Order: sequence, then C-alpha cells, then structure tokens
Amino acid sequence: MGKALRDVYGESLLKYAKENKKVVALDADLANCSKTCMMGKELPERMFDVGIAENHMIAMGAGFASCGMIPFVNTFATLAASMCALSAKALIGYSGLNVRIMGANNGLSGGYDGATHHALDDMSVMRGIPGMLVMSPSDGVMTDWMVRTLAEDYEGPAYVGIPRNGYENLYEEGEDFEIGKAKQLTDGKDAAVFAYGLSVFRAKKAAEQLAAEGIHISVYDMFTLKPFDREAVLRAARETGAIVTVEEHSIVGGLGTAVLETLAEGGEQVSVRRLGIQDCYTHSGAYEDLVTEFGIGIASIADAVKELL
Amino acid sequence: MDREIQELYKKSYELRIHAVKMVYHAKTGHAAPSLSMADLISALYFKILRVDPSEPRWKDRDRFVLSKGHACPIYYAALAKRGFFPEEDLMQYRALNSKLQGHPDMRKCPGVDMTTGSLGNGASASLGMALIGQKEKKDYYVYAICGDGELQEGIVWESALYAGNAHADHLIWFVDYNGLQSGGSVREIQNLEDLEEKFKSFGWDVQTIDGHNMEEILAAVETAKERKGTPSVILAKTTKGKGVSYMENQYLWHMKAPNEEQYTQAMKELSKEVERYA
Repeated sequence: MGKALRDVYGESLLKYAKENKKVVALDADLANCSKTCMMGKELPERMFDVGIAENHMIAMGAGFASCGMIPFVNTFATLAASMCALSAKALIGYSGLNVRIMGANNGLSGGYDGATHHALDDMSVMRGIPGMLVMSPSDGVMTDWMVRTLAEDYEGPAYVGIPRNGYENLYEEGEDFEIGKAKQLTDGKDAAVFAYGLSVFRAKKAAEQLAAEGIHISVYDMFTLKPFDREAVLRAARETGAIVTVEEHSIVGGLGTAVLETLAEGGEQVSVRRLGIQDCYTHSGAYEDLVTEFGIGIASIADAVKELL
Repeated sequence: MDREIQELYKKSYELRIHAVKMVYHAKTGHAAPSLSMADLISALYFKILRVDPSEPRWKDRDRFVLSKGHACPIYYAALAKRGFFPEEDLMQYRALNSKLQGHPDMRKCPGVDMTTGSLGNGASASLGMALIGQKEKKDYYVYAICGDGELQEGIVWESALYAGNAHADHLIWFVDYNGLQSGGSVREIQNLEDLEEKFKSFGWDVQTIDGHNMEEILAAVETAKERKGTPSVILAKTTKGKGVSYMENQYLWHMKAPNEEQYTQAMKELSKEVERYA
C-alpha cells in the first residue's frame, strides 16, 4: 500500500488553506479520521467541529458560503450521502453555494467497520443533485489537485469521495487534470475498463496481467462522475466493442449506470459488465479481502474482460 | 401611541393585505403562517435591520433568514415595500419563472439572504452566518424566524447547542409561537414546553413577548443586543392568521387560498386596521 489518500487530503487542505484565507473546515467529531486534524492543529481559528451533528454541519456550511467563505465540510462518505443529503440538495446545490462536501472512507475503505460504514451510494445520491461536481481521486497526485482546485477558483458546490487508504501513485507530480475529462492510463483495442478511486490502480494491474497473455485493454480513470466524460465512453465503445466498469459502489446509480446511460443514448451496442456491489449489503473485513469477495479485485477485473472477449 | 410604532403597525397590516392578495391571486400558498409573523417582519424590515435595497449583497448588512420558509408571502411583501423590488411584482408569487418561488430562493429573489424551505436548515445556516461575522470581527447581526412546529426538527437543536457553546451573541432567533402547525396543535402533536427552559439550558438568553405588540418586539431586540456572550431567542406568542377573523387560530388555514367571498372579507377587515393606524 502507498500513502493513504486521507493523509494526502489532510496535508493538502492545510497547505491550500494557508494560501487562501477563505478556506475553512467543518468536521463532525471525525477530524482524526478525515485528517482535518492537521488543519485544526495549525489553523484552529478556521476549524469548526460541530460535534456529532452532520445534518447541522452541512447547513451551517451553507451559511459560511453565503458569507463568501469556502467551507470544506467533512464526514464519512456514507453520512454525507444520507444525513447531509437534504441540505446538499435543498440549500447547497439549489443555491449553487461554494460548499465542498468531503466524504471520508468512501467505498469499502471503512473495511472492518462494516456495512453501516461502507459508502456504496454516495456517487448515486450526489450525481442526482443538479450542478453538483462529483469526484473521487485515484491517487495522491490527483487528491492534491482536487483539493487545490476546490480551494482556489472552482465556483459551485462539489462532492469528493476520499478513500481512507491508498496504493502507489499512478500519476507524476504536476500531472494536469481537467474536470469532466477522463484520464486514459493504458491503450488497447480488445476491451475498455472504466473505474474511479482505488479501483483504477487494480484495473491497471489487471491490464498488465492481461497484456502478458496477449490481451490489450484501455483503462480509463473516470475521476469526475459529474460532469461525465461521455465522449471517452462512446469512443472506447467504438474502438473496443467491450466495456467493463469497476466501482467500489453499488451497481445501482453509480459509474456503471452512468456508462450504460451514455451507451444507450449514444446508440452504441457493446457488451458490458458492471463490477461493483451487486445490490446487496456488505460486512466487516479487511479492505483487500472485501475487494476480492465483492468481485472488484484484480483477478475479477481480468476475468470479466476475458468473459467479454 | 408613538408615531413610529403606529407606522410599524400600519405597515404590518399593509403587508398582511399583500400576503393575502398574493395567496388569493396564486390560488395557493401559506396565508395564516404569514399573518402571525407580520408584526415581527414589519419591525425587522422597517426598524431593526441594517440593509440597503440598492445593494442587496452589501457585505456588512444584517442578515435575515426566514427559516419557516413557507411563510414567504409576508416576507416578499416586506422586501418589496422596503424597496428590493417593485410591489407590483408581488402578484408573481408562485407563478411560472417567477423570482417569488413557493419557498424563498436566494438566487432568484433580491434581498433573500438564504434559500429555505426545508424546515430546520435555516437555523443552522443563520448560525453559520453569525459565526463568520464573529470570526471576521464584523458587527452585523443575524436574525432568523423559526416556526414553533419547526422546532420539532432535530437540526434546530443541533445548531442551538453549537450557538450556545460558541457564545454567538450576534445571532437572534424569533420563534413565531402561534401554537399551530400544519396538522393541528403543536401542544397536542409534539409539545415543546418548557421551551424557555430548553433554550436556557442550551446556553441561550430567552425572552417571551407578545409577538403582536410592537413595543415589546423592539424592546426585546434591544435587550438581546445588550446581552453579551449568549445567542438570543425571542419567543413571540402570536396568533396564527392574525387579522383575518375566520383564519385566526385555524390550523386548516396553514395552506389554503381564500375564495372570492373570503378574500373580500379579509380585505375589509385588514383595510380597517390600516385605517386605524393611519
């Protein structure tokens, strides 16, 4: 495992908060987990811990934003998508306020905490809010870029699902990213794999294994789920004719759904496999064990590609 | 009676006329919840609030959050009368493509400081505004009007707890305590009492007043501003539907438009009050 993305987030938030006085952080008693504790320690006057009151926290963040601040509101991704969803929808999205909703422990990264703490619907909920920028980083370089973008000049509400852990970096320092544009990591014409978050690393590993067997696939990092890079999906469909989606999320409403919507409306008839949590509840376990069990590990991705060929 | 007080009463009835007209014209909307807070909103917009209609987003303005957003007819009326937009626009309430949405929209309506409609959320948002004022050492005050039924929402108490602990003394909430909510009596549905003690135990300064007595409203705000180190809540005892006899204390008028006959009677009763204070 590489550096945990939550640690990158904590460091980047502090770094960019020092550069922009408008940046403030709110947390609901999880600063040591979300890593806003780093900001709390150095910039205590700009850190607001509301206690265990997520719904209130995000509505208060709307008040902050209405006064010109850029609040980063932090809680578990699963709570962001449920307890905070009302204000995210009715106050922040509706009014286009510059609130950044940061979902910690997204996907299965809550591991041992079990089903109540796995966030498998956050993308689905947030994607349904008009005007909401919805992202999730795949490595440390991208995490830093996202925090910088949201702390500096991005106008409008945003949601970011942040993995608790992390693998080695996929991108070089200084890599350029563009909101709404997928990053293509490998190039192959046999199939295309779309993923976001830590699944991108596993998809890349699967691509390497498949290449050794003579199967060449394109891996795309769909770090922006909204706005969605429809062009990348349609292009990959035309080039490969076989698409696999991988997400640490329910197959209902997330990346797989977005890809299917795009393909259907784009008139592309290709074979598709959606890897993700198959509309069921999860349970406690080590992160990698859960990833394997729920069919989104390296071997599952490689198998899914082969099944489509 | 003091001339200024008399004028504020007169305004409150002019605002009531607008509110009932808007609901009658739209054939939908919240008339009775508007009428109970008419005196509060008149005091706020014509005496208390430091605002500039020519610069609605002025950074140092006092903020106002109508946390019980459904009562927006009377709020829109006050904004128009205060000069944020022409009074003739009021008849666009709830119309297609109108700035006067069914619940207040800060992006569409000049003078609205916070979008509301989801009960309870405005309370937290008002606290956020007050905390930023506190942090930036601004001297503006943040006022909010909450409904009494709205206090059944847990988020209100989450923000009340924070406000007390944060000593947010530039935050002043009114509770429009008319005793009725959409489905009936607040006391019978989910009793709030002892409300004074509840707020006190959360670290708030509490005053209970007659919400239809202008001297009491103004004095309570003065007192609230003198209190240092605590947020203030003013429990304003009011009458739902105040000023229109057949609406008074009738929860079924929470959301209902008057028919022509009822409208004519309402206009007659309210105009009489305007004349009384002229």
